[in-house]
Amino acid sequence: MPNDKHRKINQTENQDNNQDNSQGNNASPWQSVVNDWSADKQSFDMPWGKLMMWIFLLSDTFIFSIFLTSYMNVRMSATAAWPNPSEVFALTIAGHHIPLVLIAIMTFILITSSGTMAMAVNYAYQGNKKKTVYLMLATALLGASFIGMQAFEWTKLIVEEGVRPWENPMGANQFGAAFFMITGFHGLHVSAGVIYLSVIAKRVSQGKYDKQGYHIVEITGLYWHFVDLVWVFIFAFFYLW
Amino acid sequence: MKQPTETQHVASQPEQHPISLYLKVWLLLFVLSACSYMVDYFQFQGVLRWTLILAFMFLKAGLIIMIFMHLAWERMAVKLLLFLPPIAILIFIALMSSEADYVFITRILSFFNP
Repeated sequence: MPNDKHRKINQTENQDNNQDNSQGNNASPWQSVVNDWSADKQSFDMPWGKLMMWIFLLSDTFIFSIFLTSYMNVRMSATAAWPNPSEVFALTIAGHHIPLVLIAIMTFILITSSGTMAMAVNYAYQGNKKKTVYLMLATALLGASFIGMQAFEWTKLIVEEGVRPWENPMGANQFGAAFFMITGFHGLHVSAGVIYLSVIAKRVSQGKYDKQGYHIVEITGLYWHFVDLVWVFIFAFFYLW
Repeated sequence: MKQPTETQHVASQPEQHPISLYLKVWLLLFVLSACSYMVDYFQFQGVLRWTLILAFMFLKAGLIIMIFMHLAWERMAVKLLLFLPPIAILIFIALMSSEADYVFITRILSFFNP
């Protein structure tokens, strides 16, 4: 027991050195939760900007979940046939009819942008400013190309297929409402992310974070990975289901 | 309460991982995305289709959250903060799906049953 007590005191006073606890090396993860919440200091040991970003992303999770849930609701209750997304989003490239090809390319682009962002965060903590800026700009560029493809997809659906938020010549009218709402809100997030990334990349290159450290790159990264994460769910539920 | 403030600055820098880890996860995400695209390409239907879609989706989401967003290396308190509230979403989905069934049956009965 004395040993145990000693360890607890050690943890509350010196939590940061015990970060490996969360991996289960010393105390149990549950013990670390109790320690974090009962210690006479802030419960979450991270920069406030990062914690606020996590909380914002949690609230955003709820927003997108509600969109996807309402989509589930209208799709399940629609009496008209739901259009087959595989056919709706097919393209004919060089004489070949390929189902869902544009969406697949968009998925690969967003995953690639997440990869470049993860590396940007890594280089930022290493203090390699040049590589950080280039990788962040590459991420923003990939995001911009994603928006471009989405604009193409919307144009095709609106102009050629005649889909509107209130009607859909291919079947259930709710398809249009769900499609424009969900992909539109996601596209808005990507657009905001591109602006956010460009601004932070510019400020990193100007050396504005040299003194305070590069947590801001990780925070930007959290937002960008979340946008990719949401797309994983939209891809599965809207385009593949 | 003199020492902690000193250690805080050093330790608040998260631990670093080799770039190769991110490249491996990236490759894995590519393969998983290709797999989920194949589900559609080969037109699997029914329960097999839904199981595969969900499996690939959760694997991809897990990789992004745990590795790219570094949640695997965060403390348990942070994981609870992020994973406990969405349970409410699961309950909401269950409620709305039963509600959708009800609306569907009501529509069939009142619109298609003269």
